[in-house]
Amino acid sequence: MSFNLLVLTCLGYVVLLFVVASAAERAAEAGRAGWLRSPLVYTLSLSVYCTAWTFYGAVGYAARSGLEFMTIYLGPTLVFVGWWVILRKLVRIGRENRVTSIADMISARYGKSNLLGVIVTILCIMAGTPYIALQLQSIAQSFTVFVTDPAGSSLATDTTLIAFWVAAGLAFFTIAFGTRSLDANEQHPGVVTAIAVEAVVKLLALLAVGVFVVWFVATGPADILTRIDAQALPEWEIQPGRWTGLILLSAIAIICLPRMFQVTVVENTDDQHLATASWAFPLYLFLISLFVLPIAVIGMELMPAGSNPDMFVLTLPLHLGQDGLALFSFLGGFSAATSMVIVASLALATMVSNHIVVPLWLRARSARQQDTGDMRLLVLSVRRLSITLVLGLGYIYYVITGGSAALAAIGLIAFVGVAQCLPALIGALYWRGASRNGAALGLVAGMLIWLYTLLLPSFGPDVFLSARLMESGPFDIAWLRPYSLFGLTTLDPLLHSLFWSLMVNVMAFCAGSILSFPSPIERVQGALFVDIFNRPGTARSWTRPIAEAEDLLPMAQRIFGLTEAQSFFRAQAKLQGKDGFLPDITPEFVEALELKLAGSVGSATAHAMLAQTVGTSIVSVDDLMAVASETAQIMEYSAQLEAKSEELSRTARKLREANEKLQTLSVQKDAFLSQISHELRTPMTSIRAFSEILMDADGMADEERTHFAQIIHDESIRLTRLLDDLLDLSVLEHGQVQLNITPANLRELIDKAISASNSVQAERNFTLHRSRDREDIEIITDAGRLTQVFINVLSNSRKYCDAAEPQMRINVRRRGEMVEVDFIDNGAGIPRDQEALIFEKFSRLTDSLQAGGAGLGLAICREIMLNLKGDITYVPGQGGAAFRVSFPLRLQARDTSSSASLDSAEAAE
Amino acid sequence: MGKRVLVIEDEPNISEALRFILSRNGWRVEVTADGQAALGSLSADPPDLLILDLMLPGVSGFDILRDLRAREDTRALPVLMLTAKGQAADRIEAERLGVTRFMTKPFANADVLAAVHEMAQT
Repeated sequence: MSFNLLVLTCLGYVVLLFVVASAAERAAEAGRAGWLRSPLVYTLSLSVYCTAWTFYGAVGYAARSGLEFMTIYLGPTLVFVGWWVILRKLVRIGRENRVTSIADMISARYGKSNLLGVIVTILCIMAGTPYIALQLQSIAQSFTVFVTDPAGSSLATDTTLIAFWVAAGLAFFTIAFGTRSLDANEQHPGVVTAIAVEAVVKLLALLAVGVFVVWFVATGPADILTRIDAQALPEWEIQPGRWTGLILLSAIAIICLPRMFQVTVVENTDDQHLATASWAFPLYLFLISLFVLPIAVIGMELMPAGSNPDMFVLTLPLHLGQDGLALFSFLGGFSAATSMVIVASLALATMVSNHIVVPLWLRARSARQQDTGDMRLLVLSVRRLSITLVLGLGYIYYVITGGSAALAAIGLIAFVGVAQCLPALIGALYWRGASRNGAALGLVAGMLIWLYTLLLPSFGPDVFLSARLMESGPFDIAWLRPYSLFGLTTLDPLLHSLFWSLMVNVMAFCAGSILSFPSPIERVQGALFVDIFNRPGTARSWTRPIAEAEDLLPMAQRIFGLTEAQSFFRAQAKLQGKDGFLPDITPEFVEALELKLAGSVGSATAHAMLAQTVGTSIVSVDDLMAVASETAQIMEYSAQLEAKSEELSRTARKLREANEKLQTLSVQKDAFLSQISHELRTPMTSIRAFSEILMDADGMADEERTHFAQIIHDESIRLTRLLDDLLDLSVLEHGQVQLNITPANLRELIDKAISASNSVQAERNFTLHRSRDREDIEIITDAGRLTQVFINVLSNSRKYCDAAEPQMRINVRRRGEMVEVDFIDNGAGIPRDQEALIFEKFSRLTDSLQAGGAGLGLAICREIMLNLKGDITYVPGQGGAAFRVSFPLRLQARDTSSSASLDSAEAAE
Repeated sequence: MGKRVLVIEDEPNISEALRFILSRNGWRVEVTADGQAALGSLSADPPDLLILDLMLPGVSGFDILRDLRAREDTRALPVLMLTAKGQAADRIEAERLGVTRFMTKPFANADVLAAVHEMAQT
């Protein structure tokens, strides 16, 4: 048959599929999809299980191992007939949660963990890629078998090129029908319908070949049975252990294979379809396996020795000159291969885009805090890219392995790989205590063992694992040999790997689940999944959403597109009785929106997206941590408030104290004013009285007149001095005094003070005791002010010293940078109880005439000494009045508004 | 013989002025700065009139007034209180204690004389 004819046939067939798929899509869009959504189509779509490997390979399998090929059909049959309860639960959960893939299912159950999604995706890609490569190989092989046309032989024998075009074509088809829209629930009526058509084609093709073989080559069933007996080989014997293992494996595969999950769960529109499928699908499997053994037997009989039994389905009709039948058979194989590739690449691409690319993009976007771009287009583009990527990987895998024999075994190897999802999946359905950590642990452990004991060794020695390692284990540890782990040598590699990987997987899963504490969202999801059929109300995973409909609508538009998003919001508003308005953002609404989003981008991503927009929600440990840290912040804030209020009360206390001080000061000021008033009125009284006397002093003696005038004069001077003192004190107290700091000799200052004070009660003769040598100190200070203090002290002594022979002793002493000058007389001194008062204003102890002042002298002295950074104190117990004047040797010029003014301000209080 | 007045005043110039004014008008004037000592002589030989300063060293004019009013023989003694403090509170306190007249310093000599005359006649 010519190569071109074959290509044309294929193209024609593909065009037919396109037409069917488009028609289905259009019907679905128009809402006339009733017949598409029938149990029959659903059942036929399940036949994607039967790949080219089944179509061609089953015969080869039968030729080599007899009835063992049946195990591949018995497993699924058992599941659909006996375990359909599991399937029903799976389907119900899948549909209610808008699950998009097996990765999404596991991720959603375990707290919408994207980590699990990524793990499952990687596992499925590793298992699925070689499987896709196998399909490409079978199509390429079937081409080479067929073509006898020498003109096309060069092209036809270039299997790599054929595989490339097949891959490209399938990618195109899958993209065209698998990514038409981001439909809710990720359903693809076009693809499903095309798959159903292909299911019919491959079944009919195999039946046709079978009927031809049984009734036209042989003479009927009886003849075939005889020939089978005649052909029976020793290897055909049934090995119960191996059969059990293989049946179990295929049973697991029908649940866990990504493409099977896609058609069984994701594309399911009604649980009831399962009821039909539970008998119809086993029937289909029965029919498709019915003629496998006869074809194998007749092929072995009639075909030349060395013929590849894997190709008997094709080569037998060709050999017998039935070109039409062969072409039909070719189309059957083509259908089997393409349907698998389309669904598998669709399922894998969904996983890759939902669990790897979109989350990465979302993270990048949240990092950039930007909101640009059409999400919908992005997701679709990612999906398309992923399909290309998956098929590209399959093609590259095919090219690299070069269509080696290793590929033939890849079907079962892939089964073991995807079987690693089973514990997590079953746990998701039936074990509430199953946790994310357990699932991740089990998956990774199982996957690693599968890699080590089956996938890597399958490439043959020295490709990934060295021959030496295969032979004697890593580091010569025999019990770590890939094919006989832990000393288990009795099983063949496939079952050995299945046994260990699932065993370790389950143990890790259980241990991890028991030891780890599931987060609240895991428990919510766990309850949701496990109790899917008997839950009273939906557990809420959203509480108090805080977004506005205006925020959510644009996001929904980016995913669903404008029309769809708006109609969804309208429908939700209608449900809430708010027809014509935007819906309220209730937990129910957010949940519905999340479900719808999940149908497009997967549950983990949908949850993440909504969490980004809605903000609050599910009570995850992270949220609890956030709440905890928020609480901590509040506590810190309240501590701050407490501190503030403490500060406030401190301020209030200070204010109160200040107020008390002010009141005290006010009282003091009143007392001071009263004192001043008294001190001013006293001399004024004398002045007024005597001036009145003088005014009407007729015939007064001149002597008397002069005496009175003298009194007036003295009292006037007293008044003036009082006012001077008051002003001086005020200036000193407020630190406004202008100091005139100069170098001076202390002895000279004392000399000057003594001579100045001698005028006070000049009649009294004081005996002075001085040490003039010690007084010879060079100081830097305001000499005038210091002298004023000395004069005051000496004058006081002259006034008050009551000794009969008054004496004054002046002692000078240096103490570091300070100088002390003591003035000690031999009078009675100051009574102990008065000592504290003498430096206060108006604290004159004796009568004023004797003192000749207003009692401000010592107060002024103290202020002066404070301004000079020194002090004046009364020294008791010296056998007389003793004053000590101390001051720095060198007074630093005062910088403006320094502590000096503060000191004097305090002194003023 | 004129009437007797006792002046208790610690400012020597003021007591000298009072002595001059009063004696010129026929009073016999006695002056002391020591209020405590004056109290003793007051009982023994009460004057016709007392001029009392408020601010005295060691003892307050109020104390002396209170003392006088507490005694039988001096209860009715006319007392003119002179003070340089002159606040309302002091006047009230003095009146409460039974002062006859209250005048602030500085005073007009004529006012003092008038007050003294008036007090002596009652």
